[in-house]
Amino acid sequence: MNFETTIGLEVHVELKTNSKMFSPSPVAYGAEPNTNTNVIDFGFPGVLPSVNKGGYRLGVMVALALNAEIEKHTHFDRKNYFYPDNPKAYQLTQHEKPLGHDGWLEVEVNGEKKKIGIEELHVEEDAGKNTHHGNSSYVDLNRQGTPLVEIVSKADMHTPDEAYAYLEKLRQIVQFTGASDVKMEEGSMRVDTNISITPIGSDKLGTKVELKNLNSFNYVRMGLAYEEKRQAAILKNGGTIGQETRRFDEKTGETVLMRVKSGADDYRYFPEPDLPAFNIDPSWIKEIKDSLPEPAEERRNRYINELGIPEYDAGVLTDTKEMSDFFDETVKYDANPKLVSNWLMGEVNGYLNEKKIGLLDTKLTPEHLAKMINLISDGTISSKIAKKVFQETISNGTEPEGWVKEKGMVQESDPAVLKPMIVDVLDNNQQSIDDFKNGKDRAVGFLIGQIMKKTRGQANPKVVNKILMEELNIR
Amino acid sequence: MISKEEVLHVAELANLKLKDNEVDGFVSQLDDIVTMASQLSTVDTEGVEPTYHMSDTTTVFRADEGKHTQTREELLENVPEVQDNLIKVPSIVDKEDGE
Amino acid sequence: MDYFNETIDLLHKKLADKEITAESLTKDTLQNINDKEAKLNAYVTVNDQATEDAKKVDEKGIEGRLSGIPVAIKDNILTKGVLTTASSKILSNFMPIYDATVTEKLKNAGAINVGKTNLDEFAMGSSTETSYYGTSHNAWDYTKVPGGSSGGSAAAVASGDVIAALGTDTGGSIRQPASFNGIFGIKPTYGRVSRWGVIAFASSLDQVGVMSKRVEDSAEVLTTIAGHDVHDSTSSEKEVPDYRANLNKDMHGVKIAVPKEFWHEGTDPEVLKTVDEAIETYKKLGATVEEVSLPSLKHAVEVYYVIASSEASSNLQRYDGVRYGFRAKDVKNIKELFVNSRSEGFGDEVKRRIMLGTFTLSAGAYDAYFKKAAQVRTIFINELKAVLDKYDLIAGPVTTSTAFGIGEKIDDPLAMYMNDILTIPANLAGLPAASVPAGTVNGLPVGLQLMANSFDEQAIFNAAYALQEENKFYEQIPTALKEED
Repeated sequence: MNFETTIGLEVHVELKTNSKMFSPSPVAYGAEPNTNTNVIDFGFPGVLPSVNKGGYRLGVMVALALNAEIEKHTHFDRKNYFYPDNPKAYQLTQHEKPLGHDGWLEVEVNGEKKKIGIEELHVEEDAGKNTHHGNSSYVDLNRQGTPLVEIVSKADMHTPDEAYAYLEKLRQIVQFTGASDVKMEEGSMRVDTNISITPIGSDKLGTKVELKNLNSFNYVRMGLAYEEKRQAAILKNGGTIGQETRRFDEKTGETVLMRVKSGADDYRYFPEPDLPAFNIDPSWIKEIKDSLPEPAEERRNRYINELGIPEYDAGVLTDTKEMSDFFDETVKYDANPKLVSNWLMGEVNGYLNEKKIGLLDTKLTPEHLAKMINLISDGTISSKIAKKVFQETISNGTEPEGWVKEKGMVQESDPAVLKPMIVDVLDNNQQSIDDFKNGKDRAVGFLIGQIMKKTRGQANPKVVNKILMEELNIR
Repeated sequence: MISKEEVLHVAELANLKLKDNEVDGFVSQLDDIVTMASQLSTVDTEGVEPTYHMSDTTTVFRADEGKHTQTREELLENVPEVQDNLIKVPSIVDKEDGE
Repeated sequence: MDYFNETIDLLHKKLADKEITAESLTKDTLQNINDKEAKLNAYVTVNDQATEDAKKVDEKGIEGRLSGIPVAIKDNILTKGVLTTASSKILSNFMPIYDATVTEKLKNAGAINVGKTNLDEFAMGSSTETSYYGTSHNAWDYTKVPGGSSGGSAAAVASGDVIAALGTDTGGSIRQPASFNGIFGIKPTYGRVSRWGVIAFASSLDQVGVMSKRVEDSAEVLTTIAGHDVHDSTSSEKEVPDYRANLNKDMHGVKIAVPKEFWHEGTDPEVLKTVDEAIETYKKLGATVEEVSLPSLKHAVEVYYVIASSEASSNLQRYDGVRYGFRAKDVKNIKELFVNSRSEGFGDEVKRRIMLGTFTLSAGAYDAYFKKAAQVRTIFINELKAVLDKYDLIAGPVTTSTAFGIGEKIDDPLAMYMNDILTIPANLAGLPAASVPAGTVNGLPVGLQLMANSFDEQAIFNAAYALQEENKFYEQIPTALKEED
C-alpha cells in the first residue's frame, strides 16, 4: 500500500516594531524580566487595547510580498483561553477577517518549480513566557503583546522536502521585506505543521496530526519524514491515526505524543468590542506596496543579468537580506561586482563561519570592503597583504587605505624604483643568469625571491616579473 | 434547553467549579435564561448585518512609538507571589507552552 | 454638612470667596458620610486621603468650577492608590496603580474623591444585593433597595452625601437607581466618555455617567469628564459642548415620541400615571408628543442578556488569581489556582452571567445566540433610529415599579432581568438616556426616562431641566432621612 502525504504549515513571525501590537510598551529581545510591560500587558482591570499602525503595516508588507489579497474591511477578534502567560485570558487576533488571504510563493524542489498557496495571514499578539522550576512556574510578560503575523499555508505540500523548501523561501521573502529578523533560534520565526497521509487514490483525507516544538527547518523535515513513516506503519497494520499533537524529539529524531485532541478546545472567538472596525485604505496599501524593498528573486536576476555574477553566486548573495544589502552597498562604492562577490562568498563567509557570527555582527563596512578591493585592483596592495588588511578591517573596523600606508604595506609598483634593485640583484647573481640562459626556469624563481627579500616583500610581483624578463633578455 | 452536561462543560471552559449542591440550581436557572434567549430564533434576521462595534469611528491606529508608562515595581505590587521579578504560580501541569 | 440646598454654582462661589475652604468642606462631607454609613452602606471605601487632597487644592487655589468640590466615584472606576474592588471578593485587595481617565479628569478639575460607592458585583445586578460588601439602602426607605448597579452612588447623592457621583450604566445601572432615589442620572452616548480605567462589564454597552440631584450639576460634571481619549479607541472625537452653559428649558417645538410598548401591562399603573403627568407637563410647556411603536422591544432583554453576558464572560477571564486580586490558598497546580480563585472569588450572579456568556459564545451556540443577538440588535437599533430621525426625544418610564424590598427578588434572576427592559434600549443602541425625577408613588420616587439621538445629550439636559424647574423635585428630602430628624 502506498500513501500520499499532505502537509500544511502555520508559521508565526515576530514583526520588528518599536512598540507592542496593542500596547505602547517597547519591544526588545532579552530584556530584564517584566521590564517592557505596562498595565495593558499585565491585563489590569480597566485597560483597553490600541492598535499599532507600524505593526499592521509590516503585516501588510509581508502579505503583499507573498502575493496575498489585502482585506479592506476587518476587525480584531478575541481568542479565549486560560494560561498564566496570557494575562487577559484572551488573545487579540484576526480570526474572521484576516489581514490578507490567497497568497502564494514558488519553490524549486528537485529541479521542479511549484507554487504553494497561502490560505491567509493575520496579525496578533504574542504571549508572555513561562519557565518551570520545581513545583512552581514563573511568568515573564516582556514578550506579551509582541506583534506577530501568522502565515497559514494551504495544504499544498506533499513531501518533507517541499515543506523545507517552502520554509526556506518564506524565510527569504519575509526577511527581504525587512519586516522581521525571521530567526528560528531567537524565536522570531516559529513553525507548526499539520501532516496527514492517505492511501494513493483515496478521496478521503487522512487524519491530521499536529507537530510542534520544531526548532529548525531541518527538524521540520526530519519530523515530517518520521511522521510519514510512523503513520504509514500504523495504517499498514490496519490501525487508525489519532487526532493528536506531537512533539519532535531532537535527541532521538522521533516524534512523541504531547496530547490527544479531545474536542474540548473551544476558543469562543468573537469580535473585540474594545476596538472599532477597521477599513484599510487602498491608497495606504499602494503606498506600502511601493515601499517594499526589492525582493530576493529580483535582486538575483539583476546580479546575473546586469552585473555578470554567475547564477550560483547570485543565489548565495541573495540568501540573506543582510548579505545582499551588503553586496549592493559595496558595489555602490565603485568596487568590481565580481570581486566583491568573490570576497563575500570566500573570505567574508569563511570568517563568519569560523566565528559563528552574522555579517552585521562584524566591524566590516561596505565602504571598507570596496576600498580594500580597489587597493588590490589598482595594484596598491598584493593579495597576500590584502588578507592581512581584511583581518584588520573586519575585526577592528580599521580604514584600509590609511592602515596600509601607515604600516608600510603599500606595494612597490614603480619601475623606476624597482629597476635599479633588479639590476643590482642580477649583477650579483651571474650563476642564475647562466642557468636561465641554459633553460633552467627555476632560476627565475630564485631571482624573484632575492628581489622580494630586498624589497621586504612589497614589490609588485607582476611588475618585478616584467622588468626581470626584460633585463634577462638583454644580458 | 441546556443540559446538566452542557452546564458542567461550560463551567470547565470558564474555569469555575460548581459545588455539588449548587449544580441543579444553576442548571435550572441557566435553563430558564437560555430558554428566554431562545426566543431570538423567532426573529427573521435573513441578510441582517450583526452589530459588534458601537464606536462612531473606525480604523483607529496608534503610532508605533515604544514608551514605558509604569515601573516594574508598580506592576508587581499587586502580584500575590513574586520571585526574582517574575510572577510565581503553582506548577503548570500541561507543559505545552502557550500558542 | 449635607448637600440638599447646594449646587455646584453655590459651592463654587463659597469656595472662590473663601467663605469655606476645600479642606473644611471635605472634612464636613466625610463627617456627614460617616454618620450615615451604618444605615446607608453607600460606600465600599470612604477615602481617608480626601482631606489631604483638599488641602492641596486649597494651596493651589480654587480655579475651575469643580475645584475643591467633593464627589463620589463608583467602585468599578479606578482610582490610583485608593482601593477599587468592583464590589467583588476577587478584587477585594486590588490597589490601582493608574487612574481611570474620568478620575484623572476630575482630579485635574480639582474635584475631591471622598469615597468609592457600592455596586452590584462587577455592576451585574439591579439592587446592590450582589455586592460582596452588602446591600446599600434606599434613602427614602431603608428596607428598600437603592437599585443598581450604581446603587451606592444613587444613595449617596439622594441622602445629601455629595453634590454628584459617577456611575456606570451597562443596561440601566445609572438610570434605574436614579429613578429609585429621586435624583437625576444620565448615561451619555457610547463613546462620549472614555472607558479607560473603568472595570469592564460589557464593552459594547458600558458607559460612565453622572448622578446628581440637580440637572445642571450633572451637566457640569459630564462636560468635565467627556471627550476623546487616546487610551480608548472607541471614544468619540466629537467636540464636547458646555452642557451647563447651553442649558435651555424652552420646550416649544421639541418633538417627543412615546413608544406604546413602554406602557407595558407589567408596569405599575401608579408609576405610569406619574410618567404620564410629566409628559403632560411637556405638552403644557409647548412640546409636541406623539405615540410611536418599537415592535422589537419585546426581544431587547434577550438581546441584552446574550450580548452583555458574552462580553462579560470574556472580560472577566482575567481574574485568574495570577497577577492581582484574590488568589486561592492551598492549590496544587495552575488549573486549581484558576478554578479555586474564580470559584471562591466570584459571587453567584457573576458566575451565572459568566456561565451564560461562555455558553452563548461556545461552539455550536455562537450562531444561534451571540450572532443572532447581534443581528436582532441591528434591527432594534434601526427601529430606534427611525423614531429619532423624526423626534428629538423618546420619553417613557425608567422602571416597571418603584424601589422593591431588599431580598424580594434576589432568588429569581429572570424576574430581576425583566426589570431592565425599559433601560436596555439606550445601551443596545448606544444612545444617551437619563432618568429625571417625576414624582413619588407611596412615598417612593419615580423617574421619567428621556432618550435622545447619539451625542445629543443637550436635548436631554434641556428637557430634564425644564421638568426640574416645573416640579422642583430636588426640594424634597428623602422620607427615611426626614424621619430621623
